[in-house]
Amino acid sequence: MRSRIYGKLGDRAFTALLVVLGLAVMLVAVLLAWELASGGAEAFRTFGFWGFASGSAWNAVAEQFGAWPFLLGTLITSAVALALAFLPALAAAIAIAEYAPRWLAEVVAYLIDLLAALPSVVYGLWGIFVLVPLVRDRIEQPLFLWSAEHAPALMGVLGPPTGIGMLSAVLVLALMIVPYASSLARDAIHMVPRDQREAMYALGATRWEVVRRVVLPYARGGIFAGVVLALARAIGETMAVTMLIGNSGQLPYSVFGPAATMASLIANEFAEAEGGLQLSSLLAVGFLLLLLSLAVNLIADFILRRMSVGEGRK
Amino acid sequence: MKKPILTALALTLGLALAQSVTLNGAGATFPYPLYAKYFDVYHELTGVRVNYQSIGSGGGIRQLFSGTVHFGASDAPLSDAKLAEFEKKFGTPAIHVPTALGAVVPTYYLPGVTQPIRFSGSVLADIFLGKIKKWNDPALAALNPGVKLPPLPITVVRRSDGSGTTYIWTEYLAKVSPEWKAKVGVGKSVAWPTGLGGKGNEGVAGLVRQTPGAIGYNELIYALQNQIAYGAVQNRAGKFVLANLASVRAAADLADFPADTRVSITDTPAPEGYPIASFTWILVHRDLDKNRAVKSAAEAQALAALLDWIVHDGQRYNEALHYAALPEVAVRATEANLNSLRYRGQPVLPK
Repeated sequence: MRSRIYGKLGDRAFTALLVVLGLAVMLVAVLLAWELASGGAEAFRTFGFWGFASGSAWNAVAEQFGAWPFLLGTLITSAVALALAFLPALAAAIAIAEYAPRWLAEVVAYLIDLLAALPSVVYGLWGIFVLVPLVRDRIEQPLFLWSAEHAPALMGVLGPPTGIGMLSAVLVLALMIVPYASSLARDAIHMVPRDQREAMYALGATRWEVVRRVVLPYARGGIFAGVVLALARAIGETMAVTMLIGNSGQLPYSVFGPAATMASLIANEFAEAEGGLQLSSLLAVGFLLLLLSLAVNLIADFILRRMSVGEGRK
Repeated sequence: MKKPILTALALTLGLALAQSVTLNGAGATFPYPLYAKYFDVYHELTGVRVNYQSIGSGGGIRQLFSGTVHFGASDAPLSDAKLAEFEKKFGTPAIHVPTALGAVVPTYYLPGVTQPIRFSGSVLADIFLGKIKKWNDPALAALNPGVKLPPLPITVVRRSDGSGTTYIWTEYLAKVSPEWKAKVGVGKSVAWPTGLGGKGNEGVAGLVRQTPGAIGYNELIYALQNQIAYGAVQNRAGKFVLANLASVRAAADLADFPADTRVSITDTPAPEGYPIASFTWILVHRDLDKNRAVKSAAEAQALAALLDWIVHDGQRYNEALHYAALPEVAVRATEANLNSLRYRGQPVLPK
C-alpha cells in the first residue's frame, strides 16, 4: 500500500526535493557553527574555553579578551526584558482572545503585530529621543537624588542617572518582544476547544474562572512557546540594544549604568577588527552566543514537552 | 534587419569592455563623502569606474590582505608589526598614500555656556580617565577665566565601535598624558575606564546632545555639519586652537616629513596647528602584481593614475567638503612613493 502511493515518480521527486532542502538547512546550521568555532579557535586556544567565557577583561590594546561581561549583559537584559514583557503580553492575548469585542480585538491584535514589524533601529531612535530623556528625568534622577539623601548605599547599585544604560535598554527590549509572546499566546488561546469552555460554563463558572481553570492550562504549551521565541529574540537583539545600553563592558553593572551584550559587542567591534586575536575573540563570542541560544531552545523544548496538555501532544 | 543591430551591439559592448577599467576599494568611513566625490569626478574625466565600500578601516585592511580589492583605505597607518606582516605575506611593501586631513574635536553639551570651552591635553586625559568629574573643577576653571562653568557632573561619551577617530583621540591623549599611555593606551577600540559608548559619530553626537554635562569626541566635519559645540585645545606651543581647515592643515606642515608618510601629527609642534589631527590614507601594494585583485597592467596603471590625480588635482575638492588639503611636503613625499609603484617590475606611472 505504502510503496504504491509513494512510488509515483512525481512523489518520489518531491520527496527527494524535500529531503535535500531539509538537509541543506541543517547543513547551513552546522556550517555556521563550524565557521564560528574555527574562527574563534585561536581565542579559545589562547585563553581556554572556560577562561574565555569567564574572563572579564576586554582590552584590544593589551590583547586580553574575556566574554563574561557580555555574556552576563545578554543574560540579564533578556531575562529582565522577558520578565517585564510576559504579563502584559499574556494580558493582551487574553483580552484579545476572550474579552474584547471582535472589532476592537482585531484592531489591537493588528497594532501589536505591527510592533513586531518595526525595524529595531526605529526602536533605537525612539529610545534615544523619547524614552531616554523620560527615563532620565522621571525615573533615574528622582530615584538617584532620593537615594543620595536617604540610602547612600543604594547609589552604587543604581549607577549614574544618565538615561543611557541597562534600564532603558531593557525597557525597549521588553516592548520589542511583547508581540512575539503575545501573538503565540493568542493563537494558543484561540485553539482551546469550545466544548471545554462550555462544559465549564455549564458548571456555573464565571468568565475569569474559565480563563484561569480551562483556557490558560490548556494553552500553556503555546504560551510557553511564545515566551521562548521572545527570549530568543531578546538574546539576539542587536541594534536597539547597541544604541541604548551605553556599551561598556566594565563590571560590576548597575541598574542605570552602561552595560554591553554579546550581540552589541560584535556589532561594535567587528568592522574595525584588523584580524588576529581580536577578530578571533569576536567570532568566539559569536560561537558562545550560538551555544547560549541552543541551550535556551533545548531547555525550552524540554519544558514544553512536560507542560503540554493531553497525551504528550504538541 | 536584425543582424546589423546585433553587430552594433557587440561592437559597442566590446569597446566598452576594452575601455572601462573598474577598480575596487574598501575601507575607512571617515573620508567616504570625499572619496565618493573624487571617484565620481574621476569617472567623468577618464571613464575609470571605482567602487568604494566604506566598511571601516579594519575591514579595508582585511580585504587588502586577502587580495579582494585594488586598494584599502585607513584612518590609521599600518603599525610596524602589520607592515612587516604585509611584506612577509606579499613580498612587497605597502605604500601609504595620504589623501586628506581630518581632525577630532571635543564636543560637549553645556546648557547656558555659549563661548567655546578651552581644554588642555592633560585636562582632556583626566576627564576621560574619570579623574575630573565636574565641569567646575579647578583645572577646567583655570583654563577658562571668565566662563561661568556649571557645577554639572561630567558624563564622558566615547565611541563603542572600533574607529579611526578613537585611534587619533587616544593617540593624542597618550602623547600628552603618561598616565593615559600606561593605563589605557592607543587603539581603535580601547578598554575605557569610564563613560558611555555610542556607536558611530552619530551615536556619540546623539548622546552628547541628549545629556546635559556630556563630553565626547567627534570628527570635525561631523561637528560642523551638525552644529555641535566643540572646544579649543591647547597645542604644544601653548596656544588654544579651534579646529578648522587652516589650523588642521598647519598641523601637518612638518619640517621633517617621513618618506613613507606614516606620520602622526597629533600634538603637533606647529605653532598655529590644531593638536588632534591626522592624515587618512589609501593603501596599495608597491608591486601591484602581488595583489591578486590587480589582474592586468592596465588596471595597475589606472590605479596609479587615480592616486596621482587624487594627490594633485583631486585636492581641490577637499576643502568644499570640510577636509583639509594635503600640505606641500606630503604631496612631495607621495610623488616619490607613487613613482615606485610597479607592475611585473615595470614602473606604472609615466615619468
